[in-house]
Amino acid sequence: MRYAETGVNLEIDLSRGSIEKEGTDPKLTELHLGGLGTNAQILWDRVPPEVEPFSPDNLLIFSAGLLAGTPAPGANRTIVSTFSPQTLLMAYSIMGGFWAPELKFAGYDKVVIRGKSPKLVYLWIHNDKVEIRDASHLQGKGCLETEELIKQELKEPKAQVATIGLAGENRVYFASIEQGRSSASRGGIGAVMGDKGLKAIAVRGTKDVNVARPAEFMELCNEVLKYIKNRADNPIKGVPPILAGLGSPQEMTLHDEEWHTASFAWGNARHRRKDFWNKEIEEQWKGIQDKAVERLISCYNCPMKCGGIITHPKLERYMMKCYSKLTYTMAAMSDLDFGFKIAGLAQEYGVDGYTTPQVMAFALELYEAGILTDKDLPGFPSDNEERFFYLLEKIVRREGIGDVLADGVYWAAKKIGKGAEAYDHNTIKKHEQIPIKLGVLNPIYYLMWSTGEKINITQIEGQIPQAPFLTKEEREEFVKDWVQVPNDKFKDFILNWEPRTLPYYPTIEASCELVEWQETMHYIDDATGVCAGLSSFPIKPPYHIHNLPRLISLATGMDIDEAGLWQIAKRNRTLIRAINIRRGMRRIDEKPPEDHWRKRFPEIEAKLLDDYYKFKGWNNEGIPTKETLDGLGLEYVSQDLEQRGVYKEKKVKAAKSGLKKAKSQPKPATKRDSKK
Amino acid sequence: MKKVKVIKIDVDKCNGCRACEAICSAFHSEPKYSSTNPERSRIRVLFDPLKDVYVPVLAGEYTEAECNGRDIYTIDGKVYDECAFCRASCPSRKLFKDPDSDLPLKCDMCEDEPPLEEPLCVQWCLSDALTYEEREEEGEEEEKPGEMEIGLESLIKKHGAKKVKDTLARLAKD
Repeated sequence: MRYAETGVNLEIDLSRGSIEKEGTDPKLTELHLGGLGTNAQILWDRVPPEVEPFSPDNLLIFSAGLLAGTPAPGANRTIVSTFSPQTLLMAYSIMGGFWAPELKFAGYDKVVIRGKSPKLVYLWIHNDKVEIRDASHLQGKGCLETEELIKQELKEPKAQVATIGLAGENRVYFASIEQGRSSASRGGIGAVMGDKGLKAIAVRGTKDVNVARPAEFMELCNEVLKYIKNRADNPIKGVPPILAGLGSPQEMTLHDEEWHTASFAWGNARHRRKDFWNKEIEEQWKGIQDKAVERLISCYNCPMKCGGIITHPKLERYMMKCYSKLTYTMAAMSDLDFGFKIAGLAQEYGVDGYTTPQVMAFALELYEAGILTDKDLPGFPSDNEERFFYLLEKIVRREGIGDVLADGVYWAAKKIGKGAEAYDHNTIKKHEQIPIKLGVLNPIYYLMWSTGEKINITQIEGQIPQAPFLTKEEREEFVKDWVQVPNDKFKDFILNWEPRTLPYYPTIEASCELVEWQETMHYIDDATGVCAGLSSFPIKPPYHIHNLPRLISLATGMDIDEAGLWQIAKRNRTLIRAINIRRGMRRIDEKPPEDHWRKRFPEIEAKLLDDYYKFKGWNNEGIPTKETLDGLGLEYVSQDLEQRGVYKEKKVKAAKSGLKKAKSQPKPATKRDSKK
Repeated sequence: MKKVKVIKIDVDKCNGCRACEAICSAFHSEPKYSSTNPERSRIRVLFDPLKDVYVPVLAGEYTEAECNGRDIYTIDGKVYDECAFCRASCPSRKLFKDPDSDLPLKCDMCEDEPPLEEPLCVQWCLSDALTYEEREEEGEEEEKPGEMEIGLESLIKKHGAKKVKDTLARLAKD
């Protein structure tokens, strides 16, 4: 018997209309755990680097995390992986909600989709019965609307539906996959789903998910719950409210938005408004939010309430989580009510809440600079908020200028020309980043922004306070019960961290270790499907490197210790790097935007990357060395890279970098016949 | 005097996480906690986020026949589905039936040896949508039918006593 996982993947070929159930090799679970790890292994094996994101040969993989469906609190993640039309690299976005456990209960760990359907279809997975069904009547429908329609026509109110909206159908490069209150938004995976002609996957399961050593496993789950309760009563002292608790930031209950509004950039990721937040605004926004948030809601088997049901007089009820509350608000330099109003509509269309507002703010700047004119924007409203609604409609339909903007800031700037590229100042690896512009270079964040391959800082950072405590007493108090650190030297980092020591503190060596710890915890979560909000993201989480090996061992029956788990995470992380290296990513691509910090230190930055690459076992181009790969049991990877001559390349200059070749932009292909 | 065990349900506090379903099904699996399957749970959260309707329902009695009519409740402007508050395992719906055997499921307040402080769904509900109360009431403590008794009873109702007896006898011989 297989424990925690089901041991079966669904293989769907949409070109041929075939459905197969394939047993998986337990050896792969030992090597990669599951979720992102095994997704990466499949993508390495089956998608050669020449395959374009919009090719039938590209795979789109929906995976449940290894522990999803077991009673481990917060183990509910769906990990979606493919190749991104925007970055041309591996895309992996992760969503919470209820979909992954339901897939496990139906008897599958993954749904692997290849090919392209000539007509829009959806997939219906009901235990052993799996069907490809016509979705032509769902064309152009919104995400929540589609979920409801599918549940009704199947007469299965308990089915869980992951779907794209109009944006995905029209292959908008930042289209998301939505599921109730959750979404997998980054990297344009919704566009790939649309390109495959797949509108949705509905799933319903009534089978068992087993664990290997139930009594001990349950004991550990109970400890985790007890800790969560305890942390709710004892928030971390001395950090902003948003960092004090567990879960994804508690944006649906939090009223104090000083941290976001003062530290993050407004508009096209440009303007800091350090004095924006005051009592009057706090009162006003509190009123708006309390009226809008009707109920706090959760993902499967998780006591945290990171989501909210939102009501707004202009919209149908919808669900929201986290920072999407403010991304539109701040891009439009507007207020919270506008944020609630436009986010609901954007989610129905199925677009990423980070990228979309930035693309629109970018367009507005181009208009104000005279680079885009009334000819490009016929009927452009004069009202600021109306302009954002106008742009959203154009983008999701790929209409007029929307067709250019729908490729994201990087590609749009290239296409528009006339100096537009100067306004693209917040992308890394062609992807819009969280709008944050700061003062002095932070060495830890320099490494994370540069080398993160999930292209979202929140998916690599975590665990450590983002600013030093002012007094020694506070620092000592903080480390006292800090059991989550891999070892005590990480405590010294906090104890010795004095204010105003950037960029010289933490030292380069310490920065490397701190980044690796933060990143490793995320890679573990991405394989197990435990929510980062209970594990890799917050300070002092219930899951950590000392209890996760036991949790995984008890659930699966494997025998994994801390060193073993660290090694698996490293294997997965290195494999993903190798996949992207094989697609042309090099050192030249690994840099934060020029204006990310006002004060830059080129020498320190170069040394940081040099040393970090060495620390990771990568060569000076950021390519994992043969020794590193072989040491992780990835000999087949090193052989492939060797055969391709990757190790013999000379230093790649900007113009020659595989990734920088604009001509490799995926073709929009023919749009599906009836756009709405 | 008899002890009455009560699970109080506050629908306004439910966050729809279904931890109650997960832990209930795990507790009732054999061996204990070895498998999870909400479909086997004796508590289900009926929810419809788009109507802001969240109702945890505990599995109650098995009934042979469905109702002769239905009710629709509107509370605070929210319309609740027919059967939303009904606890019965009943022919009109799939709820509270074991997915393999189709036998009815019924909440037993997590009877265990030694007894648990509170049923597990209550323990795992950190939102306090479910809370537990015990109180004394007039009357005799009645003997509760066991799992097998409930199952057999429903089989007898469905197929008749003779058929069940014959089948049992035949299976016992094998």
